[in-house]
Amino acid sequence: MTQHNRAKFQPSGKIQFGIFFQGVNSGTIWKAPESGSQTDFESFRRIAQTAERGLFAAFFLGEGLRLREHLGRPHALDVAGRPDAQTMLAALASVTSNIGLVATQNTTYNDPADLAHRLASLDLLSGGRAAWNVVTTDNAWTGANFRRGGYLDHADRYVHAEAFVETAKRIWDSWEDGAVSSSVTADSWAGPGHARRVHHSGQHYSVDVTPRLPRSAQYRPVLFQAGDSPEGRDFAARQADVIFSAHPKFDDAVEFRADIVSRSLAAGRGANDVQIMPASEFILAATYEEAREKKEWVRSLQIGPQQAVAYLEQFWGRELSAYDPDGPLPEIDPVVEETSETRGSGFHGAKARQLAEQWRAEAKEKGLSIRQFVSSRTSRVDSTFTGSYAAVADTLAEYARVGAVDGFNISPWLIPTGLDDIVNHLVPELQERGVYPTEYVGSTLRENLGLATPVRSEPLVPVQL
Amino acid sequence: MSGNSRPGRPGFLALELDGDGAHPAAWRKARHAPDELLNGARIRSTVLAAESAGFQVATFADGPVSSGRDVAGRLNALQRAAFAGPVTSSIVLVPEVDTVYTEPFHVSTQLASLDYVSGGRAGWLVAASGSTEEAAAVGRSFAEGAALAQEAAASVEVSRRLWDSWEDGAVIRDVATGRYLDVDKLHYVDFETPSDFAGPGYSVKGPSIIPRPLQGQLPVVAQAGLLPSDADVVLVSAPTTSLLAAEVAEVRRAIAGGGAVVGGGAVDRIGPAVVAELDVVLDSRGQSASARLAELDAFTPWSSSRARFVGTAAELAGFLAGLLAVADGVRLHPAVLDVELEELAQLVLPELRRRGALKPFAQGGTFRELLGLERPLSRYASPGSEN
Repeated sequence: MTQHNRAKFQPSGKIQFGIFFQGVNSGTIWKAPESGSQTDFESFRRIAQTAERGLFAAFFLGEGLRLREHLGRPHALDVAGRPDAQTMLAALASVTSNIGLVATQNTTYNDPADLAHRLASLDLLSGGRAAWNVVTTDNAWTGANFRRGGYLDHADRYVHAEAFVETAKRIWDSWEDGAVSSSVTADSWAGPGHARRVHHSGQHYSVDVTPRLPRSAQYRPVLFQAGDSPEGRDFAARQADVIFSAHPKFDDAVEFRADIVSRSLAAGRGANDVQIMPASEFILAATYEEAREKKEWVRSLQIGPQQAVAYLEQFWGRELSAYDPDGPLPEIDPVVEETSETRGSGFHGAKARQLAEQWRAEAKEKGLSIRQFVSSRTSRVDSTFTGSYAAVADTLAEYARVGAVDGFNISPWLIPTGLDDIVNHLVPELQERGVYPTEYVGSTLRENLGLATPVRSEPLVPVQL
Repeated sequence: MSGNSRPGRPGFLALELDGDGAHPAAWRKARHAPDELLNGARIRSTVLAAESAGFQVATFADGPVSSGRDVAGRLNALQRAAFAGPVTSSIVLVPEVDTVYTEPFHVSTQLASLDYVSGGRAGWLVAASGSTEEAAAVGRSFAEGAALAQEAAASVEVSRRLWDSWEDGAVIRDVATGRYLDVDKLHYVDFETPSDFAGPGYSVKGPSIIPRPLQGQLPVVAQAGLLPSDADVVLVSAPTTSLLAAEVAEVRRAIAGGGAVVGGGAVDRIGPAVVAELDVVLDSRGQSASARLAELDAFTPWSSSRARFVGTAAELAGFLAGLLAVADGVRLHPAVLDVELEELAQLVLPELRRRGALKPFAQGGTFRELLGLERPLSRYASPGSEN
């Protein structure tokens, strides 16, 4: 590709799907009879194999490092509890063959050499299908479960994350291609200097390691990143292959794309080098009317009366069970927390009073009850595609045509059957429109996403072992 | 029962599946090219071969590959075990997992997850190898000696508490009250390292992020002496085969002297299960074991702290039958996996089964069941709360 082409964004004309299996959340319905276990392997196998049947590019797992709390105790109302991402993905690697396996992993509570090794391991085990969704945390609340604790300043977290990611890339790139012999009559298992020692000494880490794995079929794990602040976007533009964005609405997506393209170019990368896959929810049926009805049903199961009150309690910082979920928002003020820790929820103490006032005014103006208001807050209006299979396919085809996004990360509201209608009905509609793959392009995630082979992160300097 | 001999009781066999075998030059006699070692297909084929041969346990070594070996690569052991989970149905999967340079919260969650993906067939081979290389990789100061044992004990204690931190039945999915969890069945573990802790002290809050493992507690496997009061399975080594049975009896006596009765009425063993460690080189395809060993040693000499059996399949069957009369199990370290496993599968295990020395094959059984351990109640549960 010429330099000229690299500087100009070109829509691929295709939409890819990923599935985001959420282990701790209020979006997954557990009250319906057809909702399955969130921890049994069969749930994961069933949904991963369905996604693969639908030619999904990737299977994502979130990460939990501390159980969410509500009013000082573990939160009782929503789905909670999930397996370790990489352990689960290693198991899924043996029962799938093409789908990418994406582990959300935190840079703050891991060591670079250890995490890079485990991701490289997953990458080899899966034949080049591993990816890392890079996340950062800076709070001591989560740190209470780790030896590293809450040692990181908020301002430092991207500096810290970037040093981590760069070290990981050097570890993944440390073996020359073809370092391990491919002949049964070879004289040595690997050539001399097959691994280069990786040394990093910085503010947060000291790493001195001789990596013990060769490169995979896709060279190194694909990197996903979800940061949305200016610093987060710049970090992603410099380091990531795919951004797991929060901008699925068309105009917003187009604007986000333009911003990422300019940041990628500024970082010295090509205009198409960073792909975008927003998180989304699909509520589909044969007709629009049926889909609307289904949406009502989904919402009623996601936000029951107890969930609605508890949602407000998170922000009010106090018990509100005396309030009628079908009545107006509480007139009493939130308890303002001394601490600014996030407690695993959206709560921010200092802004609580202001927020409560704002919400009361909004609910009053629109005539909404607690339940209706909370439903409107949490229904992910911007990230939900509701409609007939054909109409949603038309909408997605338009995204593909202009290159607003490269695909969507679907959060199914039902486990493990939540992708069935998408795979059985939406995917064929998209294929008919020529905007969705009809087969896996290759066996690696990098090939299936259409990503270029990564450039080696540093020159080869063999060391004597 | 005396606890130091169990005539007639069948035992189990474990197989270490690392690389191409325990001999540092094993890769030269493997039936594949070097670059076919580090992938899923290799794990699938070896673990399935071990399962169909009748091995009840597969173990997976981990850590940096030591400088005395020819092979310079190794996939993460816990992930290899997890990969093997869905493709096997009876063999127990026991990865080696470090306790010193890893985060206990992560280790606990990973092992609990392995129990889920294997249907309750997971165990934990506790490592506290303490190499300077592992310390340098994570930028920590090097721990050794008593400090290592303290790190291992702390890490195991954190995991055990976290596994219990969700009582059984904590996920209630009660539609009427809208509660997914019974919060009374979740517990903070509030672990703190002891004041005399040699390494950097730490604390872990809890509860776990994953519900209680299928087995409640995964069986913990450790080399004799590493976890004096907290292992479910103790691995015993001796310098020679002739000393191995006596060493097993000695370790069992030592444990029983200070140990507690394990389990309820169904179990009459005193203390943890005792498993003998054995390197194995067998005659194969017309070549004697000693000739095979000499050929391999000419490439790279094999030094090992384990007893080594070098001989015919029939002799090994006789030796193992005797050893299984004193040990609860034997872990075999084959010189060359592709070669020894074939002999073991065709000649040794069938003979041991004929003699009644091996426990019967248990489809869908858990590791605890294999060990005769009951599924324990969470330490945080109040008596009678199992209902």
